[in-house]
Amino acid sequence: MPEQQLTNADDLSAAFDRRNADWYIDKLVQALVFIGGISAIIFVIGIFAFVTKEGFGFLLDRFDFQEFFTSPYWYPSDEDAPEYGILALIAGTASVTGLAMIVAIPFSLGAAIYIAEFATGKTREALKVLVELLAAIPSVVWGFIGLTIMNPLIIDLFDVPVGLNVLNAGIILGLMAAPIMTSIAEDALKAVPDRYREAAEAMGATRWQVIFKVVLPAAKNGLLGAVLLGVGRGFGETMAVLMATGHSVNIPGSIFDSVRALTATIAAELGETAVGSDHYQVLFTIGIFLFLITFIINLTADLIVRGVRKG
Amino acid sequence: MEVRDLTIRYGTQAALSNISLDIREHEIFGIIGPANAGKTSFLKTLNRMDTFNSNMQVDGKILFNGLDVSRLKNVYALRSRIGVVFPLPVGLPMTIYDNVALAPRLSGKKNKADLDIIVERCLTRAALWDEVKDRLDSLGSLLSGGQQQRLTIARALSQQPEVLMLDEFSIAVDPVTTMRIEDVLKELKQEMTIILVTNLVQQARRLASRTAFFLNGECVEIGETEDLFTGEVKDSRTRDYVEGRFG
Repeated sequence: MPEQQLTNADDLSAAFDRRNADWYIDKLVQALVFIGGISAIIFVIGIFAFVTKEGFGFLLDRFDFQEFFTSPYWYPSDEDAPEYGILALIAGTASVTGLAMIVAIPFSLGAAIYIAEFATGKTREALKVLVELLAAIPSVVWGFIGLTIMNPLIIDLFDVPVGLNVLNAGIILGLMAAPIMTSIAEDALKAVPDRYREAAEAMGATRWQVIFKVVLPAAKNGLLGAVLLGVGRGFGETMAVLMATGHSVNIPGSIFDSVRALTATIAAELGETAVGSDHYQVLFTIGIFLFLITFIINLTADLIVRGVRKG
Repeated sequence: MEVRDLTIRYGTQAALSNISLDIREHEIFGIIGPANAGKTSFLKTLNRMDTFNSNMQVDGKILFNGLDVSRLKNVYALRSRIGVVFPLPVGLPMTIYDNVALAPRLSGKKNKADLDIIVERCLTRAALWDEVKDRLDSLGSLLSGGQQQRLTIARALSQQPEVLMLDEFSIAVDPVTTMRIEDVLKELKQEMTIILVTNLVQQARRLASRTAFFLNGECVEIGETEDLFTGEVKDSRTRDYVEGRFG
């Protein structure tokens, strides 16, 4: 760059005031990055506003808190006396998610411990890639597996009339949630400093004692966060549970009962309702409810995982 | 402990070559030398911590109570008899009490009253009891650096080791605490053998009865500590190092 001699104050102030191309590009990029940064917030608020607006009429006029949450009767399309109780749908979602966690927690914890503590080199890298690949399988594929493989399998194995039930959807959902839970749990285990492991091993602790007494307690917040994210995944999953639960409104008495999930109800019924009708609006109210639940679960998971990083 | 023709390599790089020395029971054996001399690598081989690093290759013989440590099937039993204190304190993320009770628990002690006694005795001997006796259930990892290092020493003592290895324990500790720990070590030698790796030559002089001088992977000299400091040396590099002319 050529040396520039500024001879008087006017030249100097002109140079400091100059808005050249660099200055404009800088401002432009700042603006673009800012928009990108806050777009997530805008979308979340926008979606919440839209869902609330659509369900708002029902909330104001027809909404009966007690009926909505405690009645197991879901007859939204009955022309004379429609009933809008979502208890059975909540029970459906909760039972499937609960079973999914029973399936997913041992799998994902075991996989995470193996990847983080035992696997080395190529095995480790290959496993990580495979777990991520597993997380990327579309949910409709899982639903398809539930419908065509699990369904006859459950009928044969347990001698029940229908194989589309809590067991089927719980296993499918558990397998779907396990990869992301494995990934997060593995991060939590990797965040435990090696000096803890070495200190414990130097004291004569076996590998299992090191993991059980030192590593798992140190990573417990991250592991809890992983489980909560899995629960959030279970609540929000739609297509696979729609295909694998049997989709019948029912408070399950056993894992062989068919159920229907909150999400699946919206997906299946929204297309058949008249825009603005009570039925249409109540589906959006369910949407608000789901939104709030997943929001709370994710927020809790996030706060817990953050706690790990600080501590 | 007897060490014979010990050579340690990382890949093709030799970190330590042809070390032979004896460490006597109930002595404080000092190892001095500048960085990269192979002091820490040496300690790691004594209780088979070389298994942490698959890159580390150990040749030669190390005898602990006459047994070759490289042939032991149960390295955990060996490690539980050899306590280690690392350069940087490692307060495990559990309570102070649990930190000290960990080793006894690992070896199967469950009785609360026995554990209480062990915890109090070890913390007292590590000169930490008075500072923490009212908050044994707070997190060990929240203590100050000097306190954590004494906690680490208390934890090592709770193993009731026959040998205590300290690797530059005073790096993260203030001078006053260092002196307190040094006093503790002088008492401990009645009960156990202590191997003290340090890059403070005066610390070796204060504590060790015999001292080895390591330089660039070679054991230059082993002798009575006082001899090394009064110029009774076989190798002039030793004199240069202890007098601070290099390193």
